[in-house]
Parts: sequence; C-alpha cells; structure tokens
Amino acid sequence: MRFKKLAIAVLVGIGLLAAFGTVMADNLTGNLEIFSWWAGDEGPALQALIDLYNAQHPGVNLINATVTGGSGVNAKAVLKTRMLGGNPPDSFQVHAGQELIGTWVKADRMEDLTSLFQQEGWMDVFPAGLIKLLSTDAGIWSVPVNIHRSNVMWYIPANLEKWGVTAPTTWANFLAIAPQLQAQGVLPLALAENWTVNHLWESVALSVLGPEKWQELWNGTLSFTSPEGVAVWNMFGKVLQYTNDDAASLSWQQATDMVVGGKAAFNVMGDWAAGYMSTTLGLTPGVDYAWSASPGTNGVFVMLSDSFGLPKGAPNSDNAIAWLQLLGSKAGSDAFNPLKGSISARTDSDLSLYNAYSQSAASDWQNDIVAGSLPHGVVANEGFMNDFATVMEMFLTSRDPQQAANACEAIARQNAIGE
Amino acid sequence: MHLTRDRIIAFSVLLPSLILIAVFVYGFIGQTVYISLTDWGKGAALAVHPQMHLIGFDNYKELFTSFLHGRFRQDLINAFFYTITLVLGSLTLGLFLAILLDREPRGEGIFRTIFLYPMSLSFVVTGTIWRWLLAPEGGVNVLPSFIGLPAGHFRWISSRDQILTFDWQSIPAITAIVVALVLVFLAIRAWRKGTRKRALIVGFPALLLILWAVFGQRLIPQMLPIPEKHGFNLATIGVSLAAIWQFSGYTMALYLAGLRGIPVALHEAARLDGANDIQYYMRVAFPILKPITLSAVIILAHISLKMFALIFAMAGADNAPTDHPAVLMYLTTFRGNKFALGASIAVILFLLVALFIIPYLVSSYREQRRRAS
Amino acid sequence: MTTKITWARVLLYATLIVVAAIYLTPIYMTVITALKNPADINLDTAWQIPTHLNWGSFSQAYAKLGPNIMNSIILAVTATILSSMLGSLNGYVFSKWQFKGNDIVFTLLLFGMFIPYQIILIPLFQTLRAIHMYGGLPGLILAHVVYGLPITTLIFRNFYAQIPLSLTESAQIDGAGFFKLYLRVIFPLSIPGFVVTFIWQFTQIWNEFLWGITLTKYSANPITVGLAQLAGGEAVSWNLPMAGSIIAAIPVLIIYILMGRYFIRGLLAGSVKG
Repeated sequence: MRFKKLAIAVLVGIGLLAAFGTVMADNLTGNLEIFSWWAGDEGPALQALIDLYNAQHPGVNLINATVTGGSGVNAKAVLKTRMLGGNPPDSFQVHAGQELIGTWVKADRMEDLTSLFQQEGWMDVFPAGLIKLLSTDAGIWSVPVNIHRSNVMWYIPANLEKWGVTAPTTWANFLAIAPQLQAQGVLPLALAENWTVNHLWESVALSVLGPEKWQELWNGTLSFTSPEGVAVWNMFGKVLQYTNDDAASLSWQQATDMVVGGKAAFNVMGDWAAGYMSTTLGLTPGVDYAWSASPGTNGVFVMLSDSFGLPKGAPNSDNAIAWLQLLGSKAGSDAFNPLKGSISARTDSDLSLYNAYSQSAASDWQNDIVAGSLPHGVVANEGFMNDFATVMEMFLTSRDPQQAANACEAIARQNAIGE
Repeated sequence: MHLTRDRIIAFSVLLPSLILIAVFVYGFIGQTVYISLTDWGKGAALAVHPQMHLIGFDNYKELFTSFLHGRFRQDLINAFFYTITLVLGSLTLGLFLAILLDREPRGEGIFRTIFLYPMSLSFVVTGTIWRWLLAPEGGVNVLPSFIGLPAGHFRWISSRDQILTFDWQSIPAITAIVVALVLVFLAIRAWRKGTRKRALIVGFPALLLILWAVFGQRLIPQMLPIPEKHGFNLATIGVSLAAIWQFSGYTMALYLAGLRGIPVALHEAARLDGANDIQYYMRVAFPILKPITLSAVIILAHISLKMFALIFAMAGADNAPTDHPAVLMYLTTFRGNKFALGASIAVILFLLVALFIIPYLVSSYREQRRRAS
Repeated sequence: MTTKITWARVLLYATLIVVAAIYLTPIYMTVITALKNPADINLDTAWQIPTHLNWGSFSQAYAKLGPNIMNSIILAVTATILSSMLGSLNGYVFSKWQFKGNDIVFTLLLFGMFIPYQIILIPLFQTLRAIHMYGGLPGLILAHVVYGLPITTLIFRNFYAQIPLSLTESAQIDGAGFFKLYLRVIFPLSIPGFVVTFIWQFTQIWNEFLWGITLTKYSANPITVGLAQLAGGEAVSWNLPMAGSIIAAIPVLIIYILMGRYFIRGLLAGSVKG
C-alpha cells in the first residue's frame, strides 16, 4: 500500500520532470545498490543515468557496484554468490530473455513487474514482441534499458577502397575476397576472446539457417544434428580460417582496434562497437567507419537487451523501483542510449539525439525481422550457454563440424531447451 | 592434582579450534561430498529453497564417460602436466640457484632477495604481469630482436597446439607401461645388488604389465563411446613459467638451508678424500637433501592443484587450453549454475590433493611418534 | 678467506647476474608500463622506456583501489592478529601439554592446511549466510582465521618445542598453572614466533583471491579482487593494472624485504620439521 502511494508520487514527479524539465526533490532516502557490468567505455552511459537519478532523488545514496568483464561473464558469477548468500543487490543488470527467466524467474527470485508496466504505460510504448520475451505466463520480469544489435559487421571504408574490396553480402563472398586481403598482408576477419567467437558463430548460423529455422532450434523443433545444423559448423570452420590465431588473448576492443588501425579488414561485433568507436576513439560514423549487416543476414535484426529487474528481498525496494521507472522513461532512455551506442526499446524516442549509426539501427529495428541472440542470453538459459562455450572450445581445437553438432544437441537436451 | 586440572584447561583451550576445524574442514568436505551426490542444479538451482534429490554417483559417471565433459578430462591431463612442470622446474631451478649461492658470492643477500621476492606476490599480481609479458605480439617474443635474432612467434597462452597426444582409452595402458618401467628399473638394481629373489619378485609383475599393455587391451571395457584425443597443451607452458618464476625461490631457500646445514666436517672430509666440487654435490650433498626434496615435491604438488587464481588472472576462466579442474569448478558452479556437478569436480580435485598429502601426513605423524617415544 | 678470481668465479657471478636479470624482468616491464601514457601503450613498443613518466597512473589506480586497500588492511591485520593468538595458544597446548591422541589430533588439524578451497566453498558461503555474515569483511575474517589455524598452530608448536623443558618445569614447580605458565614463560619468549606468523599470515591473507571474489559484496572487495577488476575491464589501458599491481604488491614486498629472514622461516616451518 505504501509502495503504491510512493510509486504514484514518484511517477508524477517523473511526469513533471519530463514535461517541464524541472527537478523535483522527493523523500526517498537510504541506499540503492545497482549491480552491472558496465564499466570502462560503457561507464559514461551508466553515469548519465546515475546523474539523472541523483538529481531526482538526492536523498538516496546510489552505490554503483560493477564487475568488469565483457558480456557480464564475471558479473554474473559474482551476482550468483550474492543471491545464493541471501544478499541480493537492489537491482541488477540482466539480459532480457532466457538468461533472466531460466535462471532467476524459474527459481522464484524476482518480483513481478506487471503493475509497474501498466502504471507507466509501457505496455503501449515497448514493442509487443519485446514484452513477450520479457515475460512468462506468471508476469513481466524486467525493464529493458536498451536494444543492441548483434549481427553487424564493421569496417573502414577508406581502407577497403585501398585494398580494392567491398563489404561482402554473403559468407561465400567473404571467402572469395579473403585470400585477396591476405595477399596484401591484411587479416580478413578480426576475432577476440571466447565469447566473441560465440558471437561470430551466431551471425554465421543465422546466415545459414535464416530467422525461422533459428527460432526452431530454440523451441525444440529443429535438431542441432540436422543437415542444416551441421552446415552451420561447416561454414563456421571455413570462416575461422581467416581469423587471427592469437584471438584468445585479445579483448573485443583490441579486435576493433585491429580494424581501425588497418591491420584487419572486418570485425563482426554488436553495435556497442559503434559506441566504442564514436565515444572512445572519437570517430565519425558513416565517415571514418561504416557497417553493414553481417554477411547473409540482411533484413534480420538479431537483438539483445540489457534490462534491470527487482529481486525478491531487495533491501531498498522503493529506491529500486524508482530506478526502474527512470530506466523505462523517455528521459532515462534518451540520456542513456546515445552514449551507449544502443537504441531505445521505446518506440517514441527522440531520434535526433542519436548518431548516424543508431538512426540506421532504429529504422532497421522497425523494419527487419527480429531474432533473439544466443550468446547474449535471449534464446537460451545459462546452463546451455555455459556448456556451449565448452562445445565451442572443443570445436576450436578439433574443427569437426559433426562432433560439434552432436555436442550441441546433447547439451540442448540436457539443459531442457525448448521445453 | 594441579596437573590434571591444568590438562583439562589445556584441552578446553584447544577445543574451540578443534571444533572449528571439525566443522569448517571435515564437516564442509562432507557437505560438499553430499552435494555432489545430488542433482542440485537441474532446474531452479538458485531458488531460496532448492529442490535436491540424491542421485548417487551419476555426476561422477557423467564427468568420466559423457562426451560432453571432454574438457574436464583434458583438465585432469593439464593438472598432471602442471604438477610435473612446476615440481621439476622449481626443484631444478631452486637447486641450481642454491648451489650457486652456496658458493658464497659477494652480495649473496641481495641475490637471495631477488630470487625470493616473487614468493611474496599474489597469484593475481603474477598472473596480470605475466599475461602482459607473454602477449604474442609484444612480450618476450620481441626480445630476440634486440640481439639481432628474429622475433619469436609462439602464441604462448593463446596457443592451441597439443603435443604428446594420446587417446583417453589408452591411459590404462600408458600407466601400466610407466609402472612396469619403474619396476624394471628396480628389478635391475636389485639384480645388480645380488638380491636375485627380490629382482624376480619385482620383475615378474613388470613383465605381466607390459604384456597386458601390449596385448590385453581388449580385456578392459571402453571408457568412452568415441576415441578422444588428449595431450600436453603447449599453452600451459606460459602459466607454468609464471608459476616456476614464483616458486623457485621457495625451493632455493629450502635447498640453501639444507646445504648450509651439512656439517662442515663432512665437506672437509670429502675434500680431503680428493673429491672435487661436482663429486661433493653428487655423492655427499644430494643424498642428504633427499628429505627436503620430498617435502618440496609434496608442497609444490599440492600448490599446483590450487592454481585457480594464477590461471584466472593470466588466461581468464574461458581459455580451455590452459584450463584446470579448479577453474572448471568455478565455471560450472557460478556460471553454469550446476552446483552438484561443480561439487563433484571439487571432490575429485580434493582426492588428487589427498593422494599427495595423506602419505606425507602419515609419515609426519609416524615421525612425531618416533620422536616422542 | 679471500677467494681467488678464477674463471669459475667469473662464471658464477655472470650466471647469477643473468638469472637475477631474468627474475627482475617482470618488475621492469611492470614499472615501465605503469609509467606510460595509455595512448603510448601498445604491443610494438612494450619494452621501451617511456619518454614521459606518467605518475598519474598511480594516482588513478589508487583512486580506484583505495577502498579495496582499506578493506585488505582491515582484513589482513585483524585476521592475522586473531589467528596468530589462537595459533600461539594451540601450539602451546600441543607442545607442552601432552594428552592421549595428541599426535593424531594434530595431524588431523594439519590436514586443513592442504585442502583446495574449492571443496569447502559452497558449504562455506551457505554457513556464512546462515549466520548472517555473508558479504562483508567479518565473514571473510572468520574464514581466514579458521583456515589459518593449522599453519599458525604448526609454526608455534615447532617454535615452542625448542623451549627447554627445564624452563617450564621450574616454573611449574613454582606453582604456575596453565595460564600463568603461558603468560610468565611462554608468551615473553614468543616474539620471534609471532613475527613469523604475522608475516606469513599477513602475506597469505593479503594475497588471497578465491574467497575475495566469491564471498564479498562490492563494498568489501579486497585488493586482489580490485586488481582483477582493473585488469579484466573493457579497453584495458594497461598502465592502470600495472600501477595497481605495484600498489597491491608493495605492502607485502616491503615487509618481506625488511624482514625476509622471518618470511623464510615461516616458509620452512611447513616443511623442515623441528
């Protein structure tokens, strides 16, 4: 009851803020511990949100607990020990989709946010397909902060011109021009540590399978050992031949650096690379760097979404709810996404705030077929993703497509994919 | 009178520590063993009150026979090689440095400090520094170019090369041959010494083992459905180098103390007998240093089984070629949410450590008894 | 006795210097990388000395690691003192007060020193959570004290074994009971023992990583975790982790250089008996 009154009060406050741009102090006090893996380059975007929150709720002491490591690999481990230890943060970053549902919702550790969504009017502002991914029959579980695209290929137009190639539209194209690049001492495709390999695999898989069959893999209709499933690994093996063999020792930014520095021609990475190149490296999108859908996936938007939820037993749940409200609001969305290099999940965001890349991404978001990402937690639960990383390591050593396909099928059964 | 009362007080002072250890060591080990016999992690593992069912040794069976856990089996092989390289490397380098310092050069204290300081560093610090040092494009690979030689190209910890490969199925045969070779060596020594009977007693089983290894492989069941390649991952060399750098000072200190502990009279006697330095070391010093070598082997072996932090900081938890059961346990438990499977990996790791430590403790206990009586 | 300058001697010094240089190479690398500007750090020039010394790395790293350093100091000092005190009392009991099964109990106690911590990790945080000590420094201190009992007891037991029986016997004849004997005879002689355990425990606890990363909340992270964060972050500008490594290593390094003899004695306590 108190929660509802407070929520409405804060809602009005935010409404006023959005409408008149004035800051309204409220009576929220105490701490707010938010847990994420946004550090380093992604820090400024998070900081913008934090600054906005602090302006709205000056009485709250916001603790920004981050654990570094790309795609949250380390953060998730630390989060688990927290949760297992009965010590949840007030809100934590989690990928929308099965990563959240398979891990936390199934274990009954999250609060249902349906009433919050209805109060804020988010049911109309977020795309229906997205809300579906955030929900189960029992409710809606997290607030999406952004949308990122996974299947993007990055390159430097000036360099491509210098080398006499154009961005390939299919992997067959890529395999044809790769030797040409190698002859000029250029690495065709830059790759970094483990999770980026899984990331590349996803793009290759989508180009071989197409979005419908991709979805069938995850609802259990298509088997990994089907001819299509094996064909994915076959193609992937061929593409890997043109990557760097010191990949395991590089971070994803170092792979991007290779492209920017002219050592490599292409890099398949999510559009946080745009944030890195624009904000950290100071390059101009469309001029200094360019992009296309990763080969063979034109017309498909492979999405992932960072979101925040409300764990049961959060020590300062009122402050956490205020945080969630900020995240889903237009003001929060518009403050965060331009800096992050992502686009808003809201369909009413102010596109003029975004750079050339994001505007093109936003229009793709409206028009393309949406598919869920694997390595970023949309289509499969954590048990599967962890086992998949091992299958990938196996493949990197053995390069045996049939063996990898068999392994995928086995771990899919073990982790109850599609059930 | 007082003595008895004091004895009771003494025991009660000790009691809290004993209880704490009983709970925190033995109780917890028992708890982990129990967890490893359940299916915690199938389904809603992170619930506040998770559902767990006893499933017996299924987790262990899975680790050793499911083709999905090839990574675990390679980790065992990696652990084996990590142990061997760390022990051999540290012993050799430590002994070498101890002999050098035993010659009493000037500035011995400074040299000793230089060789020992790595011991004071955390594994995380060591791992971070060596990760940078072994970067394929800019670390130690570049050094040869400073003296005019071509730069190295070894990929160090990102290498995926594997040598000495063998099939998992051939492990019993390989073990049999190794054991047989040791027995043959002992048998030959016994024969030379004249104890013919012992030589035969030792040599006969050796012969049987060799025969079985060569001809009798069909007699044992297939451990895995398909042949599985394992071997020595070259990527582990980088990690081992960092570990040897960190621990050679320890063996050096041990050996130096041992060498300095040899009575001068022995040294003088050897010199008077006409022995040169090399002969002194080989015939007099080394035999005396044997107990130290044994202790060092035990300590280093058990440290090599605890190398989680070094590998985590140096190669990251995801790099399979440098993987180790300790790292895999962390991944399985905290990323895969498979707590029971992680517990079984921990138990196996524990048993490996116990393999070294229990004999050591038993002999230490026996010696205490001997000294007390 | 003066030693002649022979070829053997020259070779000896040459070898020692080469090996020492190899041992110091990581330090060299760490220091020069820490002093470089982030923009200048790349693999091509890794071995070159920086043209401009960027002392800012240290202040930046310190700014990030400051809270962690404080945590580590509180953790290490408290846990060291507690485990050393308990170790002293236990060692006193084991060495001076024989009871039946003395040796078995001691051996069982010692076993705790060797276990890989993965085997107790899950029950440890289940227990810490049950007693509401999970996530903060007190829980970590408890863990370090308990698992430090075997080694501190060992060190003190071996140390007290050297105290002649005549000393304790004469005090007992004078009527000293358990505690009086400890306070009057044993404790005053314990200083070297305490130095060894303090140094050893402080080093171990300061450098520990696994519990730091699995048992603490962000605010209680010790320095090893803070350092791993620095190095594991996005776009690692390597001057920071290198500066951080130096900062993380300095306290123990200083203790060790100044009192290295005792450090070695602590090392040897576990392996050279008596």
